This record gives sequence, C-alpha cells and structure tokens, in this order.
Amino acid sequence: MNPDLIVPLLAAAVQSGTPVLFATLGEMFTEKAGVLNLGVEGMMLCGALAAFVTSLYTGSPVLALAAGGLAAALVGALHGMVCLVFLGNQVVSGLALTILGTGLADALGTPLVGRTAPGFGPLRLPVLGDLPVLGPAFFQQDALVYLSYLLVPAFWFFFARTRPGLRLTAAGEYPAAAAAAGLDPIALRWAGVLGGGFLVGLGGAYLSLAYTHLWTSNLTAGRGWIAVALVIFAAWRPGRAVAGAWLFGGIMAFQLRLQAAGTTLPSSLLLMLPYATTVLVLVVAALRRGASRGSDAPEALSVNIEPED
Amino acid sequence: MFGLTAHKRTEPPGWGSVCIFPAALTLALGLGLGLMAATGRPPAAVLGSILSGAFGSWRALEETLLKTAPIFLCSLGVAATFRIKVWNIGAEGQYALGAVGGAAAALAFPGLPAPVLLPLMFAGAALAGALWAAIPALLRLRLAVNEIITTLMLNYLGILFLDWLVYGPWKDPASHGFPMTALFAPGAVIPRIPGTRLHWGLPLCAALALGLWFFLSRTRLGFELKASGEGRRTATYARMPYDALVLLVMGLCGALAGWAGLIETSAGLGRLQPTVMAGYGFTAIVVAWLARLRPLAIALAAFLLAALRVGVENLMLDFSVPAAFGRILEGLILLCVLAGQFFATFSLRRAKAPGTAREAA
Repeated sequence: MNPDLIVPLLAAAVQSGTPVLFATLGEMFTEKAGVLNLGVEGMMLCGALAAFVTSLYTGSPVLALAAGGLAAALVGALHGMVCLVFLGNQVVSGLALTILGTGLADALGTPLVGRTAPGFGPLRLPVLGDLPVLGPAFFQQDALVYLSYLLVPAFWFFFARTRPGLRLTAAGEYPAAAAAAGLDPIALRWAGVLGGGFLVGLGGAYLSLAYTHLWTSNLTAGRGWIAVALVIFAAWRPGRAVAGAWLFGGIMAFQLRLQAAGTTLPSSLLLMLPYATTVLVLVVAALRRGASRGSDAPEALSVNIEPED
Repeated sequence: MFGLTAHKRTEPPGWGSVCIFPAALTLALGLGLGLMAATGRPPAAVLGSILSGAFGSWRALEETLLKTAPIFLCSLGVAATFRIKVWNIGAEGQYALGAVGGAAAALAFPGLPAPVLLPLMFAGAALAGALWAAIPALLRLRLAVNEIITTLMLNYLGILFLDWLVYGPWKDPASHGFPMTALFAPGAVIPRIPGTRLHWGLPLCAALALGLWFFLSRTRLGFELKASGEGRRTATYARMPYDALVLLVMGLCGALAGWAGLIETSAGLGRLQPTVMAGYGFTAIVVAWLARLRPLAIALAAFLLAALRVGVENLMLDFSVPAAFGRILEGLILLCVLAGQFFATFSLRRAKAPGTAREAA
C-alpha cells in the first residue's frame, strides 16, 4: 500500500484515539477497584472545559492539563459520595453524573464558544521521529500522546506487579476478603474513583488543548461512552485498550477525511460510523468471550459494599 | 463517620419514604439556586421565575402539561425495563424511531382520513420503536452484550438516522434548504381539545397510566410480572420464559417511547424535523427513578420535571440562563434522590464503644 496515504491516516488515528485512550484507562482504573462509573462523558467534558479555561487565563498548558484532571476527579467525587457513602445505585448515579456534567460544561462554556486557547503542539522526537513510516506516524506527535505511550505500560505494571495495584484489584474482586485482610475497601474504591477520574479528565483536556484548541459545545460527542464500551472490549487489559482506542481514532479520522474530501455520502451517515462500530466491537468481544465462557469483569463490579450489622 | 454507624432497617421507615423525595428535591433545588446566586442572579427571583413560568398562568400550565406527555410515556417504558433489571437507556433513540415510523405512515398515505391514518401512525411508531429496542434486547439475550452501551449507541444512531431522512430523502423541496419534511396532511395531525392548546395525546397518557396501574396491581398476570422482576429464576415462577419477558418489556418501552416521538411530531410540530429531539428520553430516566418505578408516581414526577423544563425556559428569558441549566438541575435531583434513598434502607445510630458493641451482640 502507498505509505503516503497510510502514514497521515495512522498519525491522525493516534491523535484522535488518544483522548479516548486516556478516558478508557481512567474508567478501567475505576472499574478495577469495583466501581462502575457511567459518568465518563460528563466528567470528560468538565475536564475539557476546566483545561480550556485554565489555559485561556494562565497560558500554561501544563497547569491546564492538571486542572482538567482535577475537575473531572472532582465531578467523579460526586459519584463516590452517592455510591460509596450513600450506597446509591452505581448505574443510575453514573447516568446522573453524565446529565449533570454535560449540563455544567455546556452552561459554563456557552460564553467561550469559538474562543481559542494555547495548548500542546507537535513535538518531533529526536532519532525516533526520523524513522521511516514509524517516525511520522507515531513520533511526530504532541507531548500528551507520548505521555499516553508511557501510561499504558505503567498502568499494566501498577496492577500486575505492585502492592497498591493488587490492593485496588482486591477491592474490585473480593472486597469482603480485602476487609478481612485488614484493608479498607471503601478507601481503596475512593482511590479508584478519584484516580480514574483524573485520567478521564486528561482525556477531556486533550480534546480542548491538543485536538481542537478551540471551545465548541459538546466537544466529546460520545467519546466518553465509547470509552466505557472499550473497557469491556479490552477485557480490562490496558494493551487491548490501546488497540481499541486507535481503531476508533482511525475511524473518526477516516470519516473526517472523507467529509473534507467532499464525498457525496451524507454526513449523518458518516457520523454513524463510530457508534455503529462500537456496537460491532462489543458483538465481536462477546463472540470471542463466548468461546472461553465467563466474564473478564472484576467480580464485585458495581456491587456496593454494605455495612455489616 | 461523625461517630455514626449505618444499620440495615428491618422494616421500612413509615415517615421516611414520604419525606425523602421532597427533602432531596429541596436540596437539589437549593444547590441549583446556589449556583445561580454564585453567578449573580438573586435566588428568590430565580425560583419565582421558574414557578411562574411553569404554573403562573393557564398558558404556562398548558405548556407544562404538553411537555408532561412525552416525558411520561418514555418514563413508563424505561421504568418497566428497569423493573426487570434491564438497564435500557435507549428511550431517546426509540423516541426518534417512533417519530420516523409515525412520519413514514403520515407521508405515505396523506389522503387517508384521520380515523384511519392516526391509528396507522400510532402502529408505525410503536413498531419502529419496538424493533429498535429489540436490537439491544436480542444482543443481550443471545450474546450477553451489555445493553447499557448498545442502547446508548442506538440513541446516537437513531437520531442520526432521523437527521439523514430530513436532510435527504424526506426533505421538503419547498423548505428552502431547511431540514424538515413537508407539513403533514390535516388527517395526520393529532387534534386539539377544543378551546385549549392541549391535544388528545394527553387523555391517552392518563388512560395508559391508569390501565397499567390496574394491570400491575389488580390482575394476576401483572402481579406475576412484577414478581418476576428480580431475574431469571423468579421469572420462571411467573411461568414466563425470561427471554420472552425481556423482549416483551423492551418492546413495550420502544413502543411507548415511539408514541412519545409520534405525539411530539404530529401534535407538536405537524412535520418531522430534528428539533423534535429534546432529550425527553434522558429526563425519563430521572423521572423513573424519582418515582421508584411506579406508574402513578411516574405521572406526578413527569409533571414536576416537565414543569422544571418549562420553568427553566422562562428563566432563560428572564435571566439569560443557558438552557443547559435544566440538565444541571435534573442531574442534581437524581444524585440527591439516589443518596437520599440510603435513609430508606439504613438507619444511623450513634456508634457504641467497641466493648459494649460486643456485649450487645
């Protein structure tokens, strides 16, 4: 195949897949601790807005990135309050969070629509960036993309090889056993909600700081929900999350290119592609799982820890 | 926390379940008004603007009642699926398909008289909505695909499908490029109740609420359906295969949400256009949970949240508040109610010293 066509598409796939990747890893982190948070879409949007506003007023992309993560973690803390303190239904609470979060970002962001803010630009890596094909596809990206390259193995290492990672997994698999071993599963789940929320916020911040540099309403356009689906597709494994996120990035980039090239296909049909693919991807994941039986989900996912009498 | 420990109640609190809902609503409204105050809008005037916008005049009340209908229908369907623990958040897409299905009948047979055409449109809307809802139901039953994600994705797909139709094949050539179908023939418009802006869809909703309440609480099959809500095993007690139950209830939700879409298209706009999508399918989830999934309570909660929407529209005029403020309030209400239900299940007692606790046990 012609590399002149493939390389730009690959680079665009990585770029538009990166916010989904951050959000997927964030939701995975939270779910590993046993908490299902369907508020990703709302948290991501709040993160995007907080990052955008911070960048607008301080001019510092790094501060803005941190603000995006913190804002999403803060919104996620509401889910923690409802589910970990008041033992509310996790599915419904997450939905409420999405309704609230998208509403907040929409209401507070209205005066900013159309404004632009400084963010992250392309950063060609020495040596790696000069590689043929791989260089322009993967190593002439922005700093946040490189951060995601580091985050994936770190995520894997944290859960597979470190003690805190093991404890978090225990809170998601067998909270009662974790409590019997002297751990505090509620505190661990709080860590899961806040840590995961921070990562989701980085995904949102990527959208406003590196992807568009511009505020529009509904910047996420369902990416938060796609992230929730990708956690299932990835079977709670970070490596597969990369594959899923870049696949989606590729589809979104492909769809945008077709539109820009002036195709005769109606845009509403092209816009269906990512959502239709999400359904397809879940069907494929289900068929694959069907062979092995059993679910990969954490054992106590979305089950609240009730006080003992 | 705060020297208190939670204990599961052995019997439901008599006063509690009555108090929780107003308390949660008050808290959520308080938080929302706080947000308004923080942006320099006096809370008392904001509250007054919401209330007068929703109830202040007969015209306002009409508007609230008109918005109650679609929210109520979607919520009735959503509640039925939540009852059997199917997390269907696809009412919004099913509503879109219902609007499309109804419009298809209206556009195909413009010459038919209303007594023939309207039932045909209701059938088309119910069929389209139910088929759309059957997709995630079948995927869940056959392949154990998570219905939360599929119903949500089908929302996006349904709305885009509606867009495609009105931007493309169904676009009225005389619309000057606007995405809309031609105005429906008179026979395809749900008539108004004389002397009001209300239409006959509203009495239909009231009849549905009473009928469903009667079915669930006064008939044997309804009771069995309620009992089978807990899952596969109990469904077998109701002598109903679980798969059939899930399909039936999802189909019912699709049909009800589809009717909501049809009513808004036919009685509200008189044609199909993208503005028919107003997020009622998501408000329906808030309503279903507020009403704890009971049909008559859903009617009341749907009325309240419709009032909130109409009130916020007034607020947009009076205080130039963004429309999204309504969603903020809905999210806050749902979060507060979820947290409040804790007090229905658990009681708080002052923590005893470790020694005495052992003695008591």
